[in-house]
Amino acid sequence: MKSEGFRQPFIAQGLYMTSPDLAQTIQEVRDKALEELQGLASEEELESWRILYLGRRGRLTSVLRSLGSLSQEERRVVGAQANQVKALLEESLAQAEGQVKESRIAGLAQEEQIDVTRPGRSVALGRFHPLTQILREICDAFVAMGFQIVEGPEVEWDHYNFELLNIPRDHPARDMWNTLWIDYRDEKGEQPMLLRTHTSPMQARTMERMKPPVRVIVPGKCYRYEATDATHEWHFYQVEGLAVDDGITFADLKGTLYEFARRIFGADRRVRFRCDYFPFVEPGVDMSIDCFACKGQGCRICQETGWIEILGAGMVHPKVLEGVGYDPSVYTGFAFGLGPERIAMLKYGIEDIRLFYSNDLRFLRQF
Amino acid sequence: MKIPLSWLKEFVDINIPAEELAHRLTMAGLEVGEVITIGGWENCYVGYVEKVERHPNADRLNLCTVSTGNGTQRVVCGAPNVAEGQKIAFARVGATLIDVHTGKSATLKAAKIRGVVSEGMVCSEKELGLGEDHDGILVLPEDAPLGMPLTDYMGDQVLDLEPTPNRSDWLSVLGVAYEVAALTGTKVHEPEVFYPEEGNPISSQARVFIRNPDLCPRYTASIIKGIAIGPSPRWLQERLQRSDVRPINNVVDVTNYVMLEYGQPLHAFDYETLLRSNIMVRRAYTGEVMETLDGVTRVLNSSHLVIADDRDARALGGVVGGIDSEITDKTTDVLLESASFDPTNNRQTAQAFHLRTEATIRFEKGLRPGLPAVALRRATQLIQQVAGGTVAKGIIDAYPGKKGDTSLLLTSERIKKVLGVEFPMDRPREVLTSLGFDCREEGPSALRVTAPYWRSDIAIEDDLVEEVARIIGYEAIPTTMLSTPIPANEPQTLRNFREEVRDLLVMEGLQEVISYSAVSLDMLKRARTADDDSSLLKVANPMSGDYQYMRPTLRASLLRTLASNLSHQADSVSLFEIGRVYLKREKDLPSEPETAAGLFYGPRSSEGWLGSGDRYDFYDAKGVVEALLRQVGVAGGFQPSDDPFFHPGKAASILANGSLVGILGEVHPLVQESFEIDGGSVVFFELNLEKVFEAVPQERRALKPLARYPSSIRDISILVDSSIPAARIQSVIENQPLVERVLLFDAYEGKGVPSGKSSLAYRLYFQAADRTLSSEEVNKSLAKVIGLLEREVGASLRGGEEVQG
Repeated sequence: MKSEGFRQPFIAQGLYMTSPDLAQTIQEVRDKALEELQGLASEEELESWRILYLGRRGRLTSVLRSLGSLSQEERRVVGAQANQVKALLEESLAQAEGQVKESRIAGLAQEEQIDVTRPGRSVALGRFHPLTQILREICDAFVAMGFQIVEGPEVEWDHYNFELLNIPRDHPARDMWNTLWIDYRDEKGEQPMLLRTHTSPMQARTMERMKPPVRVIVPGKCYRYEATDATHEWHFYQVEGLAVDDGITFADLKGTLYEFARRIFGADRRVRFRCDYFPFVEPGVDMSIDCFACKGQGCRICQETGWIEILGAGMVHPKVLEGVGYDPSVYTGFAFGLGPERIAMLKYGIEDIRLFYSNDLRFLRQF
Repeated sequence: MKIPLSWLKEFVDINIPAEELAHRLTMAGLEVGEVITIGGWENCYVGYVEKVERHPNADRLNLCTVSTGNGTQRVVCGAPNVAEGQKIAFARVGATLIDVHTGKSATLKAAKIRGVVSEGMVCSEKELGLGEDHDGILVLPEDAPLGMPLTDYMGDQVLDLEPTPNRSDWLSVLGVAYEVAALTGTKVHEPEVFYPEEGNPISSQARVFIRNPDLCPRYTASIIKGIAIGPSPRWLQERLQRSDVRPINNVVDVTNYVMLEYGQPLHAFDYETLLRSNIMVRRAYTGEVMETLDGVTRVLNSSHLVIADDRDARALGGVVGGIDSEITDKTTDVLLESASFDPTNNRQTAQAFHLRTEATIRFEKGLRPGLPAVALRRATQLIQQVAGGTVAKGIIDAYPGKKGDTSLLLTSERIKKVLGVEFPMDRPREVLTSLGFDCREEGPSALRVTAPYWRSDIAIEDDLVEEVARIIGYEAIPTTMLSTPIPANEPQTLRNFREEVRDLLVMEGLQEVISYSAVSLDMLKRARTADDDSSLLKVANPMSGDYQYMRPTLRASLLRTLASNLSHQADSVSLFEIGRVYLKREKDLPSEPETAAGLFYGPRSSEGWLGSGDRYDFYDAKGVVEALLRQVGVAGGFQPSDDPFFHPGKAASILANGSLVGILGEVHPLVQESFEIDGGSVVFFELNLEKVFEAVPQERRALKPLARYPSSIRDISILVDSSIPAARIQSVIENQPLVERVLLFDAYEGKGVPSGKSSLAYRLYFQAADRTLSSEEVNKSLAKVIGLLEREVGASLRGGEEVQG
């Protein structure tokens, strides 16, 4: 780079040039430079060109340096001309450089092309179990209505699972819950420990612990001695709900559960309440939604009825309130219980409840 | 419970189609599973056999001339029981009948049978779909109206009811009839009971002594002498059959018929077998023996109530009769029992002997003592009607447990408080009256209500509120949102923490699974987690041996999940479960700590053209645990563990604040083998989330200011004894005040490194909060680190110091 300047003696001659000569030289340098630039196709050639004309000792630079020998007036005119030419050459160079780069990279299409249709680097994605997803959805719907989530023991006392729920020993209603008992006898020789058959024992536990107002939901595992098939599992989840205060009515039960159904199954859902029996509520309720698959016309999912039962509910039985020390003439409330598996099955079109606990990754990876 | 509509219609007018009735009953709480149609026979009529002749070409076939009122047809009939003068079910050509060979419906065509054209068919029960009988034709009663379409004559619809366990009355035609009346605005008409009592006074023929009125508050009986045991008439058999009760003989059939009608079980004794005609209702003697109707000899004790004569137990009260006093073909005199029994004792006895009979499913619900006398008279009437005989004068009515009817007050205030809507009291009154309740006004806004004798489920005012609500219909009650105050928030810290861990494990790329909470002892043994069941929570009546113990760990569950997935070609598996384990406690419920566990198996990235082929190892599990602990703010420590579930050299206890919170490692090769997992190792971790949570700092997470000055980086490579844990070296380096962070970026043993030594390369980041460190400061600090490493862990610097910008 340093040596290049010495090989350009004619620029030195310019030192003694007059103003017209100088202007002439600038024109010539310009024309020559632009002409040469035309033929250049590589970044290296362009760099040589830049040094030759625009470098520290380049032709145009040398011309500019010789401006000092001119009068002030001449210097102004020729200087402006020279700067114009400089700008022109710089711009032309940038343009040429741009073109050269473009065409070089365009050439990479040949050399470096990849097959964009090959599969990408696999990412191991974590996923929630579908029941976790549905449980969260259910809980969110009730939390939005002021319910708090509480949980309780899965291994329970008969006292909480049955007695305090108005299901005394030897009551025929016990047949509604086939119970798995824990192999444990107390001093009286009785077998009071069991796997909870529903999340309802948390009704009593919660009311024992709190004073009204109470508004809780209880998600959790439950167990029943029941032969398994496509719609029955001995091991399942339930979500219990309980709201107790002075002034809670059956009309509130309907409103709350209707809102729940709309949040989970869509705002255009219709609901139907019919009378049903559970020993710990009075009156008892069974809620159905109109079938979202056939819009109530009747199909396989709703067994041609147009309606799908989704939960049991009712007004908390006065005996249950008395059992936990609430005055049933002051406090009323409602309770409900629903099965998240069933809701997930309806929502996702799952036809066999046993899939939830078989942990087949081919199933789980679809959620 | 199946009730033929024709039977129900005897008790109540039904003015709506069966399907509509079924819907209304269902909405009011009595679910109708199905409406079964009997009949629908087209081109079938009541016919009359005018003449029977031999078929000219076949010995066993007859030619019958059958009239249906307008004209006659000639048909070929092979039934042995066809005879002139019979009323029969006649199918014309074009009728749809059951083909007895295929069991499917087929249309009847005119056919030539052995040269004679048959213009129809005389039908058997089977061909009409009424039963299995195809030994002969169905012979209709003489009074069957000639030419009447068969469906009109004997078609029916049957309601298949699914009553809830609280309603004993829904196990009776009477109870359902009142339901229908209330729902459709019609009236119930109970059958008129009247019969002549022409025998001797009953008091001279039998006496009843109730020793235990607590177990039998009322016992009524009648006596009918000189009856003829035989099959019941067709109408009676047909009703029983349509209600799924098998006809036996006329007397027994009547007891069943009245049980279906009134819900009151009855029992008929052969009067002559009762010693000295005394009926003793008493507790059994310990060791007393009786053979019951099912042929089983029962050994009794004092918890069982028996109906005895002067000497022996003759029936297990309200459960099953004894075989010695059974009604047989030879019985001529009957003592008919209709009594009340204590529901709890009845249920216990039935369960003890595994005898759940039609009687016990009613008695266990607590029938009212008003029922027995009504049912007794009805049954006496019917026995006399279908079996003849003379009825003794009067009935025995031993009623030591008599109590007055209890009434309940129903107020409009309570209705409003429970339902949230106010009614003028004439509406509840109307509803309750239509259901058979007795209502008296007590002021303008209250009713004094007495339940009818067939209702045993009404105990409190809210039961009446439900009656009102369900009959007017739940849809008539308004729908409102809760307007009571929302309770104060209670933080659910452990639950929230558990959900955060669940989120983190999913973020780290693991698939969540949920498995059964119970396992087998064998599985736990294979997982080297339990040698015997002494410390395990055992289920007394497990679903199967696979689920006999509540799991004390998630280890077996996850290994089994992996094994089953490997059987269908899963390759790269990383999964976790968050669930409870169950740890037995003395005389108390178990503790149920929330536990998170996960495992890794197979290639780290799923096999593909970009896959490196690297397999998951110990440090994958460790990395997940470390990231998890870091994110929740817990400084975890790791120490070698000798837990037998793991590879002896590749297992670590996980510590937080000095206490054990979990474990991780490569699963012991033999454990893996016992779960039939091959083709590479499994790495596993398990964390007790409650213990981890205890280590989570409770103070709020405060933001650490971002570094304002650049850090300087130095790499060093050292040689140490392989027995020195990396954690010690790490802590020596980290303890230097200017060292902000240290990273082990290479570890090597083998060629070029003396045996028993490890070559470790660390990258150190030096930083100060208040200034840019000068090169001299950094070098000085680094020299100090090297000095410390030499002194404390015997490290030697390998290949000099490498310094980066």
